[in-house]
Amino acid sequence: MTLWASIQLALTALRVNAMRSSLAILGVIIGVASVIVLVSISEGTKRAVEQQIASLGSNLLIIRPGSSMFGGRRGGAGTATPMTEADASAIRDEIAGIAGVSGEVSLTGTLVFGGTNWSTRVHGVEGAYFGVRDWVIDDGQAFAQADSTSGARYAVVGQTIVTEMFDGASPVGQVLRINGTSFEVIGTVEPKGQSSWGADQDDIVFVPLRTARSRLGAFGQVPVRDPVATIYAEVSAGEDTGRVIADIQDLLRVRRDIQPGAQDDFNVGDLAEFIRARNQTESQLGLLLAVGAGIVLLVGGIGIMNIMLVSVTERTREIGLRLAVGARKRDIRNQFLVESIVLCTSGGLIGLGLGYAGTLIYARLGELDIAVSPVIVGIAIGASVFVGVFFGFYPAHKASQLDPIEALRFE
Amino acid sequence: MSALIQTRDLVKTYHMGDSTVHALDGVSLDIERGDYVAVMGTSGSGKSTFMNLLGALDRPTSGSLQVEEADLLQLKGDAVAKFRNEMIGFVFQQFNLLPRTSAVDNAALPLVYAGVAGPERRRRAKARLDQVGLADRSGHHPTQLSGGQQQRVAIARALVNDPVILLADEPTGALDSRTTEEILAIFDDLNAAGITIILVTHEDDVAARARRQLVFRDGKVVEDRS
Repeated sequence: MTLWASIQLALTALRVNAMRSSLAILGVIIGVASVIVLVSISEGTKRAVEQQIASLGSNLLIIRPGSSMFGGRRGGAGTATPMTEADASAIRDEIAGIAGVSGEVSLTGTLVFGGTNWSTRVHGVEGAYFGVRDWVIDDGQAFAQADSTSGARYAVVGQTIVTEMFDGASPVGQVLRINGTSFEVIGTVEPKGQSSWGADQDDIVFVPLRTARSRLGAFGQVPVRDPVATIYAEVSAGEDTGRVIADIQDLLRVRRDIQPGAQDDFNVGDLAEFIRARNQTESQLGLLLAVGAGIVLLVGGIGIMNIMLVSVTERTREIGLRLAVGARKRDIRNQFLVESIVLCTSGGLIGLGLGYAGTLIYARLGELDIAVSPVIVGIAIGASVFVGVFFGFYPAHKASQLDPIEALRFE
Repeated sequence: MSALIQTRDLVKTYHMGDSTVHALDGVSLDIERGDYVAVMGTSGSGKSTFMNLLGALDRPTSGSLQVEEADLLQLKGDAVAKFRNEMIGFVFQQFNLLPRTSAVDNAALPLVYAGVAGPERRRRAKARLDQVGLADRSGHHPTQLSGGQQQRVAIARALVNDPVILLADEPTGALDSRTTEEILAIFDDLNAAGITIILVTHEDDVAARARRQLVFRDGKVVEDRS
């Protein structure tokens, strides 16, 4: 008997018992649908995190002072001597493989424009900052590198500021007061949305670094000239981030006069590391979900086996007849195996449709960029065929081993 | 040329718990090509066992059984299926048609296992339905056919792969006398066309249509009339 004939036979048999067949494949439908939804969501989330890494700059290095140490008493993170603009310049000039460097100071500022006011984070940065942190200028322009030290009172604002202070109209050319000092808004940046920890990244104002310190009072009394809270450095594409980190560490040890063997009082970190660690947790969660879906499929498979056993018993006389007219044992076995596979595959296809719909709904509700990948579709169909073979084999084998005389006499 | 069917000391025993049942107890006979044999006997006489052995549905315990030179004791696995498919046509008392399957597809069933392609299967099945007078019912399902018509579909199915022997187990047992006559007339025609027919019955008037009557009792042939 040809495969096509077997499939047609199976479809006929399943149509005859349409209600029973649909109930039997419910488990497979639910199993496949849940595999698709869960894996798609997990993949979508992973991709969202990848995008976040890209938006942060996956090659972004963050350089901060570490803990101060006075006679064995440690002051905690950030209490050591601050980094300086000179440190930033040294990194820019002396380290190979650096695309851009910017110091940053930040403070809370109260903005006033016309009759409205708003409190937000104000970052004092250098001109290179926008490139390093992947802020794209939307309207107007960024300030030049020279502006960061000239004391120019320029401001670049985020989209939330545009909405809250300027009713969405272009703020370029307007004068904004920050903590009582007038700044000319020269540009806006494209929105970045929420950060991975839920903060609004667009609720932000950038002013030149030195202006922030001199006019807005960022950083109080510190024992160094031109301090910055953080230095951001962007590693050039294709460069070995580990090597660049090591070079920066060497440079800063010399500049900060760390004796060989002594502990560094600064950190050179890679922000992407943190996010990757988080991402790993999520993929473990995805694995757990997939295992759960696998259990549902297992239960579905047992349902299939049950219904196939019923089908074999019900059709005992038919099996006897088929044997009497010349069916080989394997013809009988294949007939029921194909029936089981067809049953499971149709369940798989329905589950695929439902899973696809479920994923789209979830994507719509959660505003996530999720797509069902062809690999998952393949896995889902493969899994349902496997369930069909695995759980259909015993009933099919049992059918093929029937004695024709007994089977023909079966009532 | 030897007889179509040769049995020598054919024995079939069943073990039922501690006791041994001799369903067939040393049957030796020859059945010639083109013969028409009625097999009679009470329930438990061994006639059904004899038929099952001839049709390769069962294997003898001992003795020899040759059909068309083939030794049925030596047949195994796929060869048994091939033998049933090509040599034997079965007709049952209960028709055993597949439900929800058209007459033509029922009649074509043996050809599915003979590896014949779909259109050719239907063509040959239709020709056989025509032969049993059911050409106009080929699309009907068993539930749409009378008992006599269903048995004719079953006969068409038995004939479709051109068997050498037609084995009929009480083919008229479930039919009224008029329909019985129709079926027996078909058997007469088939036998006249050269097909060897072996038919189990316990009705004397049915047995009288055959050229030879075998009567079984307690696993032995006690009468052999021709």
